[in-house]
Formats: sequence, structure tokens, C-alpha cells
Amino acid sequence: MRAGLDRKWPMSDIHLHHITKSFGPTPVLRGISLAIDHGEFLTLLGPSGCGKSTLLRILAGLEVQDSGSVRIGEGLVDGLRPKLRDIAMVFQSYALYPHMTVAANMALPLRMRRLKFWQRLPILGRLMPGARQVSVEIDAEVARTAKALGIGHLLSRKPGQLSGGQRQRVAVGRAMVRHPAVFLMDEPLSNLDAKLRVQMRAEIKDLHRRLGVTFVYVTHDQAEAMTLSDRVAVMLDGELIQVAPPQDIYADPDDRRVAEFVGSPKINLLDAIVRERGLADALGISFKILSDAPPGTALALGIRSEAFHLSEGAGVNTLTGAVRLIEHMGSDLFVHLDLAGLDHPLIARLAAERASQIALGQTLHLSVNPDRILVFGQDGKRLRSSGSAETPKVTPIRQFAL
Amino acid sequence: MAAYALAGPAVLLLFLLFFVPVIAVFVIALTDWQFGAHTFAFVGIANFREVFGDDGFRASLLNTVIYVLIVVPGTVILGLAIAMLIESGRSLRAFYRAIHFLPFMATLAAMAIAWEALLHPTIGLVNQTFSALGLPTANWLRDEVTALPVLAIIGIWQNLGFAMVLFLAGLKSIPRDLYDAAEIDGADLWLDRFRTVTLPMLGPVLMFVVIVVALRAFEAFDTVKVLTKGGPGHASDVLLYTLYRESFEYLRTGYGAAVAVVFLVIVVALTLIQARVMDKRVHYQ
Repeated sequence: MRAGLDRKWPMSDIHLHHITKSFGPTPVLRGISLAIDHGEFLTLLGPSGCGKSTLLRILAGLEVQDSGSVRIGEGLVDGLRPKLRDIAMVFQSYALYPHMTVAANMALPLRMRRLKFWQRLPILGRLMPGARQVSVEIDAEVARTAKALGIGHLLSRKPGQLSGGQRQRVAVGRAMVRHPAVFLMDEPLSNLDAKLRVQMRAEIKDLHRRLGVTFVYVTHDQAEAMTLSDRVAVMLDGELIQVAPPQDIYADPDDRRVAEFVGSPKINLLDAIVRERGLADALGISFKILSDAPPGTALALGIRSEAFHLSEGAGVNTLTGAVRLIEHMGSDLFVHLDLAGLDHPLIARLAAERASQIALGQTLHLSVNPDRILVFGQDGKRLRSSGSAETPKVTPIRQFAL
Repeated sequence: MAAYALAGPAVLLLFLLFFVPVIAVFVIALTDWQFGAHTFAFVGIANFREVFGDDGFRASLLNTVIYVLIVVPGTVILGLAIAMLIESGRSLRAFYRAIHFLPFMATLAAMAIAWEALLHPTIGLVNQTFSALGLPTANWLRDEVTALPVLAIIGIWQNLGFAMVLFLAGLKSIPRDLYDAAEIDGADLWLDRFRTVTLPMLGPVLMFVVIVVALRAFEAFDTVKVLTKGGPGHASDVLLYTLYRESFEYLRTGYGAAVAVVFLVIVVALTLIQARVMDKRVHYQ
């Protein structure tokens, strides 16, 4: 993807107001409200079946919501057909027309809009007044867009002759060619191999930066969500759990489910009971926590794997266990620790240099600072200390670069 | 060796049941053999000369072509239309599928008798309905002008279910995403959607249906035999019926075999041409 495109792109912010949708008796969306700014890159992140694709399809007009409203830019678009909504969509399967060349695929949205019905007729159409002129313009625009995407040399091929990455670009080109106000992308990278996915991720990010229009991106892949988005909307079971910038989603989750869904390896969660204000017991060990929960409250302590550091001996905020497995990731070590009273291993991320000091079966002491412990209540909601306006420690999110 | 042993029975059967009879037909076509006769003589291409010199045969050939040209487009277009209607409907799909498929399953000779009753000039339902509506009536099966088209309509009626079932399967296999993409791209009118997605994606099925229905139409026999016996005159005579009549009624086996050879050549040529032409224009995924 090279040279920018000169055309003006229209203003468009998106407001979803209390959208609900059920398929038969199964509720899929339970009252989703969300505002997306003009030019924002927003990702709907969630496991499969959480309703994120349905929400995108409602936004596109391919699906009709049971209740609620959608506004794009100035006007409500409820009941408008997709072509009148000024949106474009990239599908997971790319949905290219297999019998058409790349050029014809990309030209179709323009032909449908600019040529009248009788001008589009197979042979007769070319003879109709004006059709020729418009067709020439369309071809020029397609060629320009294709060039910008680096697929100019593929215009006469058919989708079947293209690689996955090329098809993906054609799909993006078809979406781009008519300058929509909003780009909708439904898992556009999931059919690509890992290496290409990383490359296309960068290209999509670059495309967004150059076009400056609103992108709504659906994925179940947290790495995509984290690397691409201005904000991530985490969806679970048809509800928006948290909408926040990627680093907040990771480091400052509002809900235990968000903490569990985002981050690899998975966050360590320990059941705990508050003994006294600011002090909780878990696995027979005392933890200093930044929380005002009254004594006796049941909590879950969430500790990211990289929050641990090695310490010399047992003590407050220190877990002790035997090394069960060491995963060497190159830059990091994932150390799996068996802890008494915990049925799954605790995972700690340590610097790779430690590799020589750690052996299987060895007993390790891992400490964690109080400000690195995320405290969740019994209902899964995050409990923050009211006293200190605690700012979460932002962790570099290099683990998503995989 | 094992490979030959395993393929052997199939090859033997293919040889006995297919190649030997075909060769026999070619040989008989060069003789003056009559069915049941103890002697025969080779007569060269005399049979073929007679076949092509015969007005009756030429009429029969022309009728067959007209019959095919009515039945194939009629079956394909109606079959596709019905398949799309059933596919777009929500209720009673299985029921509609079943009733449209019934004629294909039924024995055509028996069904032909039902048609004969319907088309009866005085007590038939068709003429009674037509006269009640003030439309012209006819003795459908005894009229030179109507006999062949009426047989063709029965042919369409019979093959419709077959085409419909194949089209239904083809329609089901079109990815939903393509329709979604077409809608977003602005191809959301019925005809645009049809031209952009449905028809191209049905290409392989369409080709298969056209070839099979064309072959079935070339083989039309039962309705002709039961309803018109090729008449009046040669008005509804078709190739297969001519072949049957010459070989088994007039016992002119040599002449009949020559007709069979002509028939075979036409069918094989047609299949090859269709496959060649359509292969270029059909997109396989």
C-alpha cells in the first residue's frame, strides 16, 4: 500500500442506541449502546458467538435489530438498505465474485451506483448514451485504487488465481473504491496464515491512518484488537463489558471476564477473603491489596504473569511453589508453578536471562506488588480503592506482537 | 496383476453390455438383416442412403430438434424459477419440492394416460376449461400443429422436478457472504443480484442440467408411443420412435440400426459441443 488517495472522505460518527436482537428464543444482543467517533478505529472483541458479528451486520443493514436505533453521521439509518448507508464491508471469506476479474470485482460498487439499469446490460449497455464515458471514469478509479493497494498488476486475474493476501487486498480495494464513510470489517484476517496476518494488520492500520475514516473491526483475536484499535469494545454474551483503549483493557479491566479474556498467558486468579482493610488471605498467604473492601468480603485477586518478580523467601505478597514447566519464548520465560491449594498452575513471566537459574521441580518464591494486583468482587466487577486515585501501571503490550 | 484382476469384472461387463452391442448396431446397420431372418447380406451404406433419402426420417429428425429446443429452455427456465421461489419461501418447502418432483418419479407411460384423459377433445379437462374461458379448443393430440408442442409441454412437465431439485441444491451451496457483499455493493435489485451472484454461481449446475435434460429430450419416446404414435402423419414423429417402429414393427432391423447410429452420433456430438462451449463460460470454484 503506497501513495495516499486524494479524495475527500465524508464525516461520520456512529451511535448505537440500545440495540437488541434475538434469533428465535435466543437473545444475541442485550441492549448495546455505543458511540464511535469520526475517524476512530473501534474493535469489537469477543469470543465466537458473543454477538459481535451480528452487531456489525446490524450496523451494515444486513440484519435488522429487534429494537434500538443506529445513527451514522447526521441521520438515522434504521430501515435503510446497506447501499444507502455509505458503508463498505470486508468479509472474513472476502466474498469476492469468483467469476469476475479483480477489476470487475472492484468496479462493481461503482457500476451499481453510477450506471443506470439499462446501461449495465451486458452488450446493449455499452451502446447506451453516457455509459462509455462513465465506464472509462470507473476504470480509471479502479486502477488508481488498485495501484494504491499494490494490486495494480492483478486487475485482469480472477480471485481463484490469487493468494490469500492478494484476495484480502482486493476485498479492501472493493470496499475503498467508492470512498465510504465507514469501513466495516468482519474478521478480515482470520483466513490468512500467521505471518501474513501480521503484515496485513500493519497495512490495515496504515490504511486507517491514511484514510482517516471510521473503522469498525470485528475480531476474536486479541492481538489484532490490541494492535489496531483506538478503542476496544469487549463483548461477552451479547453485552458490552468494557469499552476502552487497548492498554486500559489489558491493565485496567472493569470486569473479571475481560481480564480473563484478554492477555496471553491468561491472568492468574486467586480466591481470597479480606482479613482486614487492605489485607486479604489467599492460599494461606497474606496479600496487601489496594482495596477498601470490608473484612470478610470474598474476592478474586487477578495477577498478570509479568507482575511477578523472584524473591528470596516466603512472606507477604509472595507465592511459593514448585516449577512444573518452563516455556522459553525467546524474549521471556513462562514458568508454570504448582501451588498447594490451587488446581491449575500459576504462570509467571520472567526475563529470559533467568533460564539458567531455574530448573524443573525447583521451589520458587514469586512476589507481587500491591499495585499490580487487580481486585475483583464476588460479582466479577472490579473493586478499585476509592481513597487513592490509583493509576494502573501501564505494562508494555509486547506480548501481543506474536 | 491384482489391478487387472480387480478391474477385470468391470471391464468385462462394460465390454459385454456396452461395446459389443454398439459394435453390433454398427455392423447390423451395414446389412439388410430383418429381425428373425436366418440370412443377411452386407449392403454397404445403402441403409444410410435410404435413411437420409426418407422424408419420414427427415421430418422425424426435425421434430426431435424442435422438441429439444422447446423442452430444454422451458425446463431450465421454469425449473430455476420454481427452485428460486421455493428457496425464497419460508413455509412448506418440502411440500413444494415433493409435488414438483413427483412427475419425475412417476412412470411416464402411466402419466401419459392421465394426460390423454386431460387432453381428450370432448370430455378432457383442458378443452372444457378453455371453452369455459372462451379460449379456442383443439383436438390437441390429433392436430398436426399442436401434437408436437403438446408433447413438448408434457416433456417439460416431466423434467421440471429434476431440474428444480438440482437447482435447489446449487442455490443452497452459494455462500451467503456473496449475497451480503452484493447488497453492500448496491446490487440489491432482484435482477442485479441474479446476474451478479445467482446465475454465475449456478454455472456448473446449469451446465449439467442443460446437458442431461437435452439428452433426455432427445430420448423422448414413451409419450409419443402412448399418445400419438408419431402422428398425425409424421407431425410428432421423433427419432427414437422412428427407430422403434422401423426395427420392431416393420422388422427392418438394418434400417433401424442405421437410425440408431445417426442418433448416437448426434447425441455424442451434442454432448461434446455443449461440454466444450460451456466449459469455457462456466466458472468452477
